[in-house]
Amino acid sequence: MSDSPAKFGDYGGQYVPEVLMPAIEELTDAYERYVLENEDGFMDDFRARLRDFGGRPTPLQHAEQLSARYGTEVYLKREDLVHGGAHKLNNALGQVLLAKYMGKERIVAETGAGQHGTATAMAAAHLGMDCEVYMGRRDITRQRPNVFRMRINGSKVNPVDVGRGTLKEAINETMRDWATNVEDTHYVIGSVVGPHPFPRMVRDFQSVISEEARAQIREKTGGLPDSVVACAGGGSNTMGAFHNFVPDEDVALYAVEAGGSSLDVDEETGVAPNSASLSTGSVGVLHGARTRLLQSRDGQILESHSISSGLDYAGVGPELAHLVDTGRVTPVTVPDDAALEAFHRFSQEEGIIPALETAHAIAYLETADDLGESVIVNISGRGDKDLESVLEETAKRDLANAPEMGVFE
Amino acid sequence: MSEIGEAFRDGPALIPYITAGDPDAESTKAQVRALARGGADIIELGLPFSEPIADGPTIQNAIQRSLDAGMTPQSYLDLVADLDVAVPIVCMTYYNLIYQYGDEPVRAFVEAAAEAGISGLIVPDLPVEESDDLRAACDEFGLDLIFIVAPTTKGERLDRVMEQVSGFVYVQARLGTTGAQADVSTQTHDSLGRLATYDVPKAVGFGVSEGHHAREIVAAGADGVVAGSVFVDLIASGENVTSNLERKARELAEGARTGFEQRVPRPERT
Ligand SMILES: Cc1ncc(COP(=O)(O)O)c(C=O)c1O
Repeated sequence: MSDSPAKFGDYGGQYVPEVLMPAIEELTDAYERYVLENEDGFMDDFRARLRDFGGRPTPLQHAEQLSARYGTEVYLKREDLVHGGAHKLNNALGQVLLAKYMGKERIVAETGAGQHGTATAMAAAHLGMDCEVYMGRRDITRQRPNVFRMRINGSKVNPVDVGRGTLKEAINETMRDWATNVEDTHYVIGSVVGPHPFPRMVRDFQSVISEEARAQIREKTGGLPDSVVACAGGGSNTMGAFHNFVPDEDVALYAVEAGGSSLDVDEETGVAPNSASLSTGSVGVLHGARTRLLQSRDGQILESHSISSGLDYAGVGPELAHLVDTGRVTPVTVPDDAALEAFHRFSQEEGIIPALETAHAIAYLETADDLGESVIVNISGRGDKDLESVLEETAKRDLANAPEMGVFE
Repeated sequence: MSEIGEAFRDGPALIPYITAGDPDAESTKAQVRALARGGADIIELGLPFSEPIADGPTIQNAIQRSLDAGMTPQSYLDLVADLDVAVPIVCMTYYNLIYQYGDEPVRAFVEAAAEAGISGLIVPDLPVEESDDLRAACDEFGLDLIFIVAPTTKGERLDRVMEQVSGFVYVQARLGTTGAQADVSTQTHDSLGRLATYDVPKAVGFGVSEGHHAREIVAAGADGVVAGSVFVDLIASGENVTSNLERKARELAEGARTGFEQRVPRPERT
């Protein structure tokens, strides 16, 4: 089984309703031909669009204040500078373009933070495709600017009221839409999750991050970094930032998960007040793949929590789970409070407002034991979308570095 | 022949679906009895999973009610063991629950299901590609493993699915998820046409809610009809539930019988 291209060790697979299987076979075939074999020049087209529409390559910036603070050379991979403000465009553009090559007419997507929805809406507008995005009601209220951006780009945003109204529920609803409209519709899944071939394909589209970063750091330092740090929700920016370093055994890889308010499960409410599926989860099957999940002993999926909606998910990509099991990737956690504090510190000291997701990766530097002499931190996205949440969450806390957040009269 | 196979022997089979534990375990027992009185030949009893991606809003809400009321895989199996009806019970659930039960993934659940008296399983998020473990366990403990064929299942893929099916094949009447519909989709007729040469009972579900749907489906060549959301709606309304379930079952069974009489005999069938 583990030799199957659909698996990473025992993780991965294709656990979806039969109605979707023919579409998944068709997609697997298209992925192999266009992405892996560059049929019809697909990858050339994709790379050119990533450059001209997407703004790649992104810089690898030396962070002076952070380097001084942590006594190690800190380099920032600036995915926040990709068009749309996050790494998400790398994948969204790849998949919408692939859908177009496949002759599909309609795009559906789920979104948590709204960043993937925004990237998909932008790619769909750019390539002239119809697009509908499902988003949990709670996330809609947390990430209003992205809701407007999606609509402005011509996409329809469908609120999802089920459950806690976050990413997990949005994925369920998008799968249902796909199952209803599978003949002309492609589901642009937003992370390295879901049934094969999504985890591999999304990783391939995102691996441009580590491809560039690896060349850039060699150019700057003549060698490889000692460690790479990235935040993990589903794990797409993590896998993108890690992929080309995986064979470099001397480069330590840290996946930073959302520790939320606690790493324990609240037995009474059945809520895991975190999204740390690599650190605290167990093996199960969700959204098309066998992977690590936050679940009850019976196998019911738990509601997760994070201050950042893009990390607020009970599952994680199967390849990342496999790399953790084999010891290649180290999972670590950062709680809500520390992420918020890092958000402010980074904004003040480096002049970059990070996404709350990204703030988790940055916060890890504060507690890390030994990152070596140089570290690359993947700045997965910019924080404009989070300003309302930051205002609200900062007001709830007694943060030493909180700026004046009152509204001007 | 398995118990499920038997159910198709004397004319078309009516296969109602309800979610166990909606709104509680005791009510489920009474609901099952009512469906049996109304003429159900097999009953699909849903074991609720928190992420029912193959189900539409009606069944999704039933699952939520059941989970809120505390239904677990263990209390589900206890409930089934307690049932006192002669109708075979098929457990419909999602793979993660089967995978997590007991100490030995998959096998422990199937063993416990067999002990509780379950005759077969339907697992809508488990395509044939991923079903080796469950197939082996079902063979070991004598359960039928029922697969769904969708309107999109064609050609070589259809052969692959049909090779794995036992008991009956669940013919998904239309694209999308479960949910009562006003009409019988033309996709049903196309699917039954593609399946005509396979010698396995064919039961059509997804959207069936009225006696005349059952008539049309059976007249078109189906050996049974599955109806879920329409029963779940009657349960959700909370009024005269058991008598309404019984009446609805009777209407659908009667429709299926009429359809069978109207069926154009197919000379090429052996
Ligand atoms: C800026 C940013 N970083 C990270 C993530 C987490 O997703 P992933 O783990 O797939 O990179 C998101 C998701 O929305 C995001 O918007």
